[in-house]
Amino acid sequence: MSPMLEIQLIAAITAAACAIPGVFLVLRKMALISDAISHSILPGIVIGFFITHDLASPWLIIFAAFSGIITVVLVELIQKTGLVKEDTAIGLVFPALFSIGVILIAQHANDVHLDIDAVLLGDLAFAPFDRWIVEGSDLGPKGLWTISVILLISLMLLLAYYKELKLSTFDIGLSSALGFSPVLMHYGLMSVASVTTVAAFDAVGAILVVALMIAPAATAYLLTTDLKKMIFLSVLFGVSSAIGGYWMARGLDASISGSITTVLGLLFLLVYLFAPSKGLIAVLSKQSRQRIEVSLITFLLHLNNHDSVEERRVGHLQEHINWQRVRANSVLELAVKNNMINIKDQVVELTPKGLAFTERALDYILTNKDEKIEDMKDDFFLFRG
Amino acid sequence: MEITDYFTDYTLRTITLGTAVLGAICGMLGSFAVLRKQSLLGDAISHAALPGIAVAFLITGAKDANVLLLGALVSGLIGVFWIRGITTKTHLKTDTALGLILSLFFGFGMLLLTYIQKQPNANQAGLDKYLFGQAATLVESDVKLMIIVTGISLLVMLLFWKEFKLLLFDKNYAMTLGFNTKFIDGLISFFIVLAIVIGLQTVGVVLMSAMLLAPAAAARQWTNSLSVMVLLAAIFGIFSGVFGTAISASQPNLSTGPVIVLVASVFVVISFIFSPGRGVLFKQLRLVRNRRELELKKTLYFMYDIVRKHDDVSRPHSIRILNNFQGFTKSTLSKLAEKNWITIQGQSWSMTNTGFDVASNLYNKNLPES
Repeated sequence: MSPMLEIQLIAAITAAACAIPGVFLVLRKMALISDAISHSILPGIVIGFFITHDLASPWLIIFAAFSGIITVVLVELIQKTGLVKEDTAIGLVFPALFSIGVILIAQHANDVHLDIDAVLLGDLAFAPFDRWIVEGSDLGPKGLWTISVILLISLMLLLAYYKELKLSTFDIGLSSALGFSPVLMHYGLMSVASVTTVAAFDAVGAILVVALMIAPAATAYLLTTDLKKMIFLSVLFGVSSAIGGYWMARGLDASISGSITTVLGLLFLLVYLFAPSKGLIAVLSKQSRQRIEVSLITFLLHLNNHDSVEERRVGHLQEHINWQRVRANSVLELAVKNNMINIKDQVVELTPKGLAFTERALDYILTNKDEKIEDMKDDFFLFRG
Repeated sequence: MEITDYFTDYTLRTITLGTAVLGAICGMLGSFAVLRKQSLLGDAISHAALPGIAVAFLITGAKDANVLLLGALVSGLIGVFWIRGITTKTHLKTDTALGLILSLFFGFGMLLLTYIQKQPNANQAGLDKYLFGQAATLVESDVKLMIIVTGISLLVMLLFWKEFKLLLFDKNYAMTLGFNTKFIDGLISFFIVLAIVIGLQTVGVVLMSAMLLAPAAAARQWTNSLSVMVLLAAIFGIFSGVFGTAISASQPNLSTGPVIVLVASVFVVISFIFSPGRGVLFKQLRLVRNRRELELKKTLYFMYDIVRKHDDVSRPHSIRILNNFQGFTKSTLSKLAEKNWITIQGQSWSMTNTGFDVASNLYNKNLPES
């Protein structure tokens, strides 16, 4: 394989491996744990290195994953004292651990070939140089093997415990009532997240790990609420941004991990703006439509309350309900379009349909039952204009 | 390294002053962040500031600290507003929004930084000091800027004290009183971003959040009053800065930022354990005391059950009949005697009248007399 292909392969598999635990972290509102883990594995790596004196040793991964789990446990311990909120606990634990790592590195700067820059930022470009050679034959880059094994393990765990994970993510009470231990699921997920973080960050650096875990899952979450689709979509987003990012980095001659993150960011921005029902534009237009709907109901109720012609003049209405001219006009238009009112000589009058609707609306407001308003919209073919 | 060095060594004096001022402003504004449950906002913003530094450098081509900080400020603010946009307009939760902004902005910043490094412009070296922070590069003008910013934020905080406090603890009430909560909210966020940006050069992107959080989290344990907390947090911040600088200066190869953070973490640990009201130690002690008290009362009630069956309250009973009751030991008995609830003579005990009254009222303390 050419190094080019190998780098893309490593990036893509890393992205897939991160996306799977990422989905659950996002759904369980623990996205920032990945940030904490990615920083606090530093002391684990440094200590592991002091013991083994080999940066490629698998012990490093074990030490690092262990310090990742210690982070989770520490955060929970602090949180359990009730002295500070969970996010504060996270914010207190990982900088302290990271500081210890940085100081350890700096203290032994002379005899350690370990660079904080490299740890924090990673460098995919060098990943193909570290090869796994068994009895003279070249089996490909080590990074590729590590992350593939981890992807395989998390896939297997996902398939084996899909039901339990799903249940404990969405309904902790039910899952413990049914006898699945949510605690076990929690620590299982945390261990997978830790190990994945460690393996991934070797290739792509601490910050990109966070991006690869959270961004694809968050992007997918804006598009679907189906867990299976969400996992599939986030893997897809992760892998495609990994490959896209690689080519962008080549074009710009800049850091690969930075480019992958940027592509992820652009993807998220796109979905954030244009997602069909949960995107910013969809939400804003929905909000403005709802505002007009409420105005329309207010307006019709007002008409229903006032019989005298004086009160129902178009100009007078604008003053009376205190609306801007534009808004008043758009409400009037909508009402006419929906056959709710007639306008004769600048005097507004409810049609029979409008009257019936108003009665129903009033009833709705008084009884305050949620389900009725949707039926009402359908009954009167309202708000289609 | 002598104590007198602090007054004679110009560089050290500057750095110490700088970290102390930074600790003060971070502690002050961090209190608001912690109380608003926005502890990790600082983490996100400090990462989000990175692309701003890179863009500012790309545009101006100069390494003027103030211009770079302005860039960081702008991009930090963009980050804050985007986080707010994500959490208010979509169903993504705060933690996801923070993680997104943090990693995406930082990645973009790294892209720009590596791009800049490839440029044929020798001026770019040293931009990465914003990543990990180098307190040693602090010069007098930096410290002056810090002092000015701290002064301004102190002034604003005092001016808007009432509004800040109200918004912090009861946003809805603040709204009904007619305060422009959006403006006040923005003002607090703006100053938090400002504090972070100011600190980037000294402690770096990664550790900045701890500077903001740790003093405030420590101060929170000692008081329930906002003004005391802000003051305490500022003091903790100052001490972290001064001690951290001193320790890192006393040894070779100790970077200042991490040491400051560790000192601040020590403050947090001490506060968590030893604070009299909320600390773990005293809480545990109270727990043990309460448990003992409960055991004592349980024993007393058991005795009361025995005594009740007899007409004479103070009739002696043998200690042996308590044997099938788990909660008693010799020391509980002597404690009960100390409280004058029972008297012990040899191998038997008898209940006093006070003991009888206490026991009969044990379980109906909360009940109205009926």
